[in-house]
Amino acid sequence: MKTLAELKALKERASKDLALREQTDAQRIVVGMGTCGIAAGAREVMLSILDELGKRNMSKVTVGQTGCVGLCAQEPIIDVMVPGQGRVTYTKVDEQRARRIIAEHVVNGHVCLDWALNVKDEPRT
Amino acid sequence: MRELSLHVLDLAQNAVEAGATALEVRISEDRGTDTLTITVTDNGRGMSAELAACATDAFTTTRTTRRVGLGLPFLAAAAEACGGGVTVESSPGAGTTIRAKFQLSHIDRAPLGDMAGTIAVILAANPGLRLTYVQSRDALVLRSEFDGCLTPAEALAVRERLAGWPAEQPGGVGDEDACGTEGAQGAC
Repeated sequence: MKTLAELKALKERASKDLALREQTDAQRIVVGMGTCGIAAGAREVMLSILDELGKRNMSKVTVGQTGCVGLCAQEPIIDVMVPGQGRVTYTKVDEQRARRIIAEHVVNGHVCLDWALNVKDEPRT
Repeated sequence: MRELSLHVLDLAQNAVEAGATALEVRISEDRGTDTLTITVTDNGRGMSAELAACATDAFTTTRTTRRVGLGLPFLAAAAEACGGGVTVESSPGAGTTIRAKFQLSHIDRAPLGDMAGTIAVILAANPGLRLTYVQSRDALVLRSEFDGCLTPAEALAVRERLAGWPAEQPGGVGDEDACGTEGAQGAC
């Protein structure tokens, strides 16, 4: 490495790599917050997810909300997206289940098959 | 919905789905006029006059998966059962204001509930949403502004802070009474 331009190019490449890695590391949890989800207790589920993530200091995991997906009888519904593992939809989630899903799936990578409605290979964008 | 704060969460989700980047939630308890007013204002895409006029009708919806939308009708039913009502002000491109009015001391009025939890959930799930939250009880006003994303721990800290307000309000016709009524029913 001899010039400033070379150094800049190196920096750019490294920061791109880093951004890519951070992106693929990002796990995402989406809670169904339509009228049906809210009435079924989605807010308490979301609060317990936030509590669990806060306790474990997992600030990299992003939490989002979405509207009704048409399965109102199965609410509260949460989607867990782990890069490389695709999207898993959990139904009839309550506070205890949410905490166990964080511990078993998000932290340890084991899908809780008993409550999973659908396991998709590719994450939905 | 068991709590009015759940309706607020529902309205916030509607706003986010309408593309809002700024949201204002206002809860006003006025014991002098015996009213509780909930106002949610967003800067989303808004509605045409025709759509706004029938927004509280359960058979009005913009979604395509089914022909009913129950969020606003539920709120309207709750408000009308308490001697109040819901008004919808909206114009395309200018955003929407939903105002729900309740008789504060009405026996059928649901408790406000965990408003702090609702605010924390809105903040945590919508990074980039500017949120203004104004809660007032008579002359007492709490105004909070939030900007940008929060980590889960930060969102819960906001909840803790908001939940403590107002600290001591002797002789209130607020939620304490509503919760008391609920407890009494449970005991029967």
